[in-house]
Amino acid sequence: MNIQGLIFTFFNPDVIGKYYLFILSGMWVTVKVGVAVVITGLTIGFLLAFMRAAGVRTVNAAIIVFADVLRSLPPLVGIILLFFAFPYIGISMSAFAATWLALSLVLAAFAEEIFWAGLRATPKGLMEAGRSTGMSWMQTMWYVVWPHALKLTVPPLTNRAIATVKGTALGAVVGLAEVLNNAQSATSSAGNATPLMMCAIGSLAIFLPVVLVGRYLERRFR
Amino acid sequence: MQGILDNFFNLDIYRSVAPILLQGLWMTVLLSILVIPFGLISGLGVAVLYTNARNPLLRAVLVVYIDIFRSIPPLVLLMVIYFGLPFLNLNIPKIVAVVLCFTLNNSCYYGEVFRAGLESLPKGQVEAARSTGLSFMQALFYVQIPQAVRNVMPDLVSNSLEIIKLTTIASAVALPELLQVAQNAQALLYNPSPIILAALLYLLLLIPLVRLISRLERRRMANRH
Repeated sequence: MNIQGLIFTFFNPDVIGKYYLFILSGMWVTVKVGVAVVITGLTIGFLLAFMRAAGVRTVNAAIIVFADVLRSLPPLVGIILLFFAFPYIGISMSAFAATWLALSLVLAAFAEEIFWAGLRATPKGLMEAGRSTGMSWMQTMWYVVWPHALKLTVPPLTNRAIATVKGTALGAVVGLAEVLNNAQSATSSAGNATPLMMCAIGSLAIFLPVVLVGRYLERRFR
Repeated sequence: MQGILDNFFNLDIYRSVAPILLQGLWMTVLLSILVIPFGLISGLGVAVLYTNARNPLLRAVLVVYIDIFRSIPPLVLLMVIYFGLPFLNLNIPKIVAVVLCFTLNNSCYYGEVFRAGLESLPKGQVEAARSTGLSFMQALFYVQIPQAVRNVMPDLVSNSLEIIKLTTIASAVALPELLQVAQNAQALLYNPSPIILAALLYLLLLIPLVRLISRLERRRMANRH
């Protein structure tokens, strides 16, 4: 195949002109799900680690089971469970909700473990010193212990958040109109591979800056 | 409650789909056994090349390669390979597309892990090894790699866990691994119990690995203080 053939097949100007808005709207959905997953996942993970630090035995057992299960379950299985299996017991949700919820819970489980490891790595004396100055447990946690713990958690947390957010592409399997899904339907209706390349480049445009920020944070906090 | 039992934990269905789900599980295991070594070897290659490259251009190319394949979601990569290549009149079998996708993706992840491991060693190690008369390769394999691997063991195991979980994306090209056969069974039986059973099998297979990773991480954290 010559160079013109390659351009015709993979970088076809007509196909690009016809579908770029469709691909862009898919990219926008990808960004929206991704941001929602990061916010929800990190918040839940943070709260769970906080609760675990309180040291109530039954609560901790439940948190550990949650974290172990959600760290073992492949995210795609989670999405498919929520989208295809839950309707049978009367719980239906959109492709957006299923993708968001499954990925958020996975990120929450990993984030909880990372926050918790960070907390455990802080010296015991921090809490004792804080309490002995008259601060309450809550105040000591918030003002003294967390700031120390957070610094340790930044590199692993960024890596995990990036890995999870890239899972938004899995939403294509349940028909979420994100970039991959739109590119696949454009490819089959155009009979041309250009939309797939647009999808690859669009994904790069979204995730490469995130990966670079992650690289920077990793170096900065190590 | 009865609805949940009938639809999620239907023992009759569990019994009837167990044989094909076990076949799917076997395919998942085979796939993992195939792609993890490819990823480890190519990742080690990338890392050794990067840490020893004197040429700034080569280093730049490697960084670009690593960052690009860390940025593209694996499922997007798989779709581009599997549905893009036929447009070049290259029809590759599903399994080849999956292995190619995983190797491109994993060489970067394992590569970054190995690089961190190699860079964690003091420089004097190589110099000392070389000055005793070991060749570059001998110093690499007998001195650097064993120590680097020990330093990054938790990351290597946890990366491998991610890969096993990621083999589920092979279902998107209808490779009959565990998730794919479970979905087929659900469609055939109008009952989602097979998917629940598949999820349980994943948990059974992977929870021990998750626990192992937690233990390795804890040991490493403790060593740091």
